[in-house]
Amino acid sequence: MLQLLDQEGQYEVPSKYSQYGEIIDQLGEADYKKFYRDMARIRRFDEEATALQRQGQLGLWVPAIGQEGAQIGSGYAVGNKDHIFPSYREHGVAITHGVELMSILKMMRGVNHGGWDPNETRFHHYAIVLASQALHAAGYAMGVKFDGLVGTGDPENDLAVITYIGDGATAEGDVSEALLFAAVNESPLMFFVQNNQWAISSNVETTTKVPLFTRGLGFGVPGIRIDGNDVLASYAATKLHMDEIRTGKGPFLIEALTYRIGAHTTSDDPSKYRQSEEVEFWKAKDPIIRFEKFLRRQGIGDDFFEQVTQDGEDLAKEIRESTFALPDPPMENIFENVYTDPHPLVDAQRQWLQDYESSLEDNE
Amino acid sequence: MSNYTELSIAKALNKGMAKAMQNNPKVITFGEDIAQLGGVFRVTEGLLAEFGEKRVFNTPIAESGIVGTAIGLAMRGYKSVVEIQFDGFVYPAFNQITSQLAKFTYRSEGSLSMPVVIRIPYGGGIGAVEHHSESPEAYFAHTAGLRVMSPSNPNDAYWMMQQAIESNDPVIFLEPKRRYWQKGAVNLDQSPLPMHSARVLLEGKQVTVIAYGPMVTTALQAAEIAKEEGISIEVVDLRSISPIDMNTVLDSVRSTNRVVVAAEAPAFVSVASELAAAISEQAFYHLEAPVLRVGSFDTPYPPAKLEESYLPDADRILDAVDRVLAY
Repeated sequence: MLQLLDQEGQYEVPSKYSQYGEIIDQLGEADYKKFYRDMARIRRFDEEATALQRQGQLGLWVPAIGQEGAQIGSGYAVGNKDHIFPSYREHGVAITHGVELMSILKMMRGVNHGGWDPNETRFHHYAIVLASQALHAAGYAMGVKFDGLVGTGDPENDLAVITYIGDGATAEGDVSEALLFAAVNESPLMFFVQNNQWAISSNVETTTKVPLFTRGLGFGVPGIRIDGNDVLASYAATKLHMDEIRTGKGPFLIEALTYRIGAHTTSDDPSKYRQSEEVEFWKAKDPIIRFEKFLRRQGIGDDFFEQVTQDGEDLAKEIRESTFALPDPPMENIFENVYTDPHPLVDAQRQWLQDYESSLEDNE
Repeated sequence: MSNYTELSIAKALNKGMAKAMQNNPKVITFGEDIAQLGGVFRVTEGLLAEFGEKRVFNTPIAESGIVGTAIGLAMRGYKSVVEIQFDGFVYPAFNQITSQLAKFTYRSEGSLSMPVVIRIPYGGGIGAVEHHSESPEAYFAHTAGLRVMSPSNPNDAYWMMQQAIESNDPVIFLEPKRRYWQKGAVNLDQSPLPMHSARVLLEGKQVTVIAYGPMVTTALQAAEIAKEEGISIEVVDLRSISPIDMNTVLDSVRSTNRVVVAAEAPAFVSVASELAAAISEQAFYHLEAPVLRVGSFDTPYPPAKLEESYLPDADRILDAVDRVLAY
């Protein structure tokens, strides 16, 4: 398993992983601070969103607490032309690519089903049917290759695609088909598997008989396991292998071993299926605490951490107020964008509902 | 002067695809055995030679993968025309079609269009083994976000294929496989009708028979027999199964006042049921008899030696015609 930071925040590159260390060598203090700030920010956001759900402001919340290292590290390693096909828990990846956090809250509140423009953010919509996105990513990556944007030798020109799936989703047939399509087409596609150990109440032993980083081997997709709670390992592995993929080396799989500290969603009760000792064991491996220890070893002091905490509070206040202020969507949205071209049945039903609603108003 | 040529439905579909691919370099086609072999029904024959392996290629035998990657390719600006080898093989792709392809435009509030055509040879009557003779149109017609169409003759096959590829929405394109070899004149210059128009194929006075796809030929046979018995049947070819061109349907109903809907699919919760309900709602005072459905039975598709008894034929349509005339 690739680990560059131990639980005490001690940075060490094992000799067999020196190429990953060389990636980290290119980072500076500003990068480290950015990683920390975003991990802390997305956790504070997560806590606030959970509170908003408890107060009835969101229909559902899907916490990513514990997975910030895997998400922020890999998210920052994705290039500014690359495309990202997330599952539904990648809030941390979203903020590394400029997705408005309110877009995610709008979806969870029931204002829309996503709605952001993936052509702008390159961060595609959340996929609620598990693993469906892996095939969309595989198709997108085929298109990138058709466009001649792989292995041109010009790093400014080439691009790659990354899809995020969980340990539970690896059981779906669509993941196997995506691995196969990516392999036979030698597509520029990264499979980033966050193994957070739990698929709602099914543990990873229910999901797989072999380590997940080996799941692609039979299809011809090599893989590596990394410590997903080590933001530097996540960054280095994603960066190195995405760079390789862009040069035309074909698909790759990263298994980021992490842990879902929170519930599956706000509708879940993990106390029914897992022991608190297990949760405590993983809390000790918390990616944010670990990275704070690393930063303090680098001489970064209280001022920075206090500022990050304050920024988190400001963010929480801002999203709280913005959520309260979200207007309900107009009734017409039921009928908008069902199709791109005009459709007589949808048009007739839109008109019917408008007439019906006005007739009710007339009777008031 | 229009330029006419005699083609089979299979060849007309092939020529329609080739035309669309000539017009738009973003149109690509893929599926199982569609490249060198030209598909098991040879509908894509010659396309590999004309357009090359970057635009015409075989895929792994993985239907969900075929449709799922077509979605990703649409996001990258490609228009995929994919072949599902037989009707009974479409179900492994059901999630990708109904929950993904059909919903991305809605999910993205219009940021994404999904111009994907899914070609499916469908229907029975060819003496095939299980899973090769089914009529799955109701599943797709029931799904908002999809368009569903089925040509009944070579001219429509040629033009409807091009319209489906031209569309910015996903289209389930159902090809009447037992009619693939049926020949007819194709006007290479002028499209007969807009994409979603139904058509009165045969004018008549006493009973409207509505059909689509493979059953249109059967309906025309029934009308021929009825004519000898002095009964005048009007045949409406629906062409588009979703949306349905109700104006053309209702015009015919208002003139004949009696309706039979014929389709190969089991009648329970079917396109024929939808037509019966919509006609009753929208033309109740024009009806002299209940709308009758002639479909196959609500059983699994039977072994081939029984399909002649299972599928509706001209006689079963005429039996229903007699019943609506008895009112």
